[in-house]
Amino acid sequence: MRSDRSTSAPLGLKVAAIGGLAFLHIPILLIFLYAFTTEEKSYQFPPPGLTLQWFAVTWDRPDVWAALTLSIKVATIATAIALVLGTLCAAAVSQTRFFGRETISLLVILPIALPGIITGIALRSAFSMADIPFSFWTIVLGHATFCIVVVYNNAVARFRRVSGSLIEASMDLGADGFQTFRHVILPNIGTALLAGGMLAFALSFDEVIVTTFTGGQQSTLPIWMLEELIRPRQRPVTNVVAMVVMLVTFLPILAAYYLTRDGDQIAGAGK
Amino acid sequence: MTLAATQTILPNRPRLSGRISDFLWKHPQVLLAVLLGPPVLWLGIIYLGSLFALLLQSFFSIDDFSGLINYEFTLATYRQLLSDANFDIIVRTVLMAATVTLFSAVIAFPIAYYAARYARGKWKAVFYLGVMLPLWSSYLVKIYAWKLILAKEGILTWAFTKLNLLWLLDGWLSLPVIGGNSLSVSYTGTFLVFVYVWMPFMILPIQAALERIPANLIEASSDLGGTPQQTFRHVLFPLALPGIVAGSIFTFSLTLGDYIIPQIVGSSRLFIGQAVYAQQGTAGNIPLAAAFTVVPIVIMGLYLWMAKRMGAFDAL
Repeated sequence: MRSDRSTSAPLGLKVAAIGGLAFLHIPILLIFLYAFTTEEKSYQFPPPGLTLQWFAVTWDRPDVWAALTLSIKVATIATAIALVLGTLCAAAVSQTRFFGRETISLLVILPIALPGIITGIALRSAFSMADIPFSFWTIVLGHATFCIVVVYNNAVARFRRVSGSLIEASMDLGADGFQTFRHVILPNIGTALLAGGMLAFALSFDEVIVTTFTGGQQSTLPIWMLEELIRPRQRPVTNVVAMVVMLVTFLPILAAYYLTRDGDQIAGAGK
Repeated sequence: MTLAATQTILPNRPRLSGRISDFLWKHPQVLLAVLLGPPVLWLGIIYLGSLFALLLQSFFSIDDFSGLINYEFTLATYRQLLSDANFDIIVRTVLMAATVTLFSAVIAFPIAYYAARYARGKWKAVFYLGVMLPLWSSYLVKIYAWKLILAKEGILTWAFTKLNLLWLLDGWLSLPVIGGNSLSVSYTGTFLVFVYVWMPFMILPIQAALERIPANLIEASSDLGGTPQQTFRHVLFPLALPGIVAGSIFTFSLTLGDYIIPQIVGSSRLFIGQAVYAQQGTAGNIPLAAAFTVVPIVIMGLYLWMAKRMGAFDAL
């Protein structure tokens, strides 16, 4: 029997820990409160009244819908590319031994380890040097590059737990490589890929720094948001959009958590 | 011998996919190339290629009269980078990144310690999600939330008024350098937002490091007469340090390169990210912008090298 832990924490520690979590969550709660405020001209607290009218106003805004659709399209395609490339890379790194494995890991992590502005400006100057016009596809290109790492991290963690003897057993029973992949490997890594894909989606959906450099005239939802932050035009609409964005990113994070919680909790280790 | 054996053992596969699969099984190097090829080509060409092209441009210069880029190797741009005004920007950014990292560690440590040592079962999940949700939720919305908080008519002023502490806030704002007209245009505001946005990245590595410390080490320390302070100072802190350093990689690097937070909340004095953005955009001086990006790369290179020596990567 282990009796080696005192079960209750010192009061000071408790206060500091709960205070720290409150510091993280109060601003998020405020976003939810402000979406209902009747105040249009300022950020007055406490709100003079509560209303639902701004949801209707936001619903009728074509520019918000256009930005939202673009963001979803970009995130979907970038996630699909990242899923393929990240899984291939994870399979190579975890299932085989070769010279330079460490370098590959570093290469995958680099786009997210270096500040976003460096990735952004590097891509921008490369596009303009190669005379590639900025478009939907240049945004996707940038997003896919830094989404690979999220899928890769999740897939590598799961591959480590898939026992090699399962794969050998499948081969011994006469399955070829593709059948083994389809019936043995994929069911084992499926939830990790789903979790990685969701986090990649959330990452791309929220990305603003690289997008400001690789986007042309189109504005994704974060770009729309950034313009509102710099030059506020209609605060109540921004409040509502902020709340919706918050909710849209919460769902994949929660889903990813439930998909990977039984394993090593790698889902979000390092954005 | 072995070759003959494999050939007899392998069944003749009728389908093409089977034959491809056999070929890959017999030639693992080809399989490796097929697996690694696409991601390495993607990252190598699109990412490293762009990065290299950018770094190359920092060795060009801009013609003062025509505003065109002069494609000849020169160090003039780097000389310009180290001029007083630009050097100030670098010092300001590094100081801010260091302060943000320090305070993030101080706030993150109790959360990580509580989660690692006391939270059990359901509370463990609450702490984990309580850190993950703010970490992953939208960066811009988080900044927007602080715009609401720091506004003159916002919740912070309201709270200070209710507590009759408005004199304290006004006194703080009248301080030189860190003060300003209001919180949303002062360094204090920028600092608060930086800490809020990047601090969650500090918690998980510290928690991971703390979870690996055996509980009996702490008991041994108190059995030998160590007070809680001494135990923290001589046992807990040194063992948690790799985790703190690992977390600081994120807070430091992310603050170093950020240009949106100081643009939205803060004074008009530039940070490195803003300088890069201004140089490549309105000023059209790509070589100087490229030279500016070399600064965070070099600083992070040194930082990572030091972190590696302190064993921080094992804590990641």
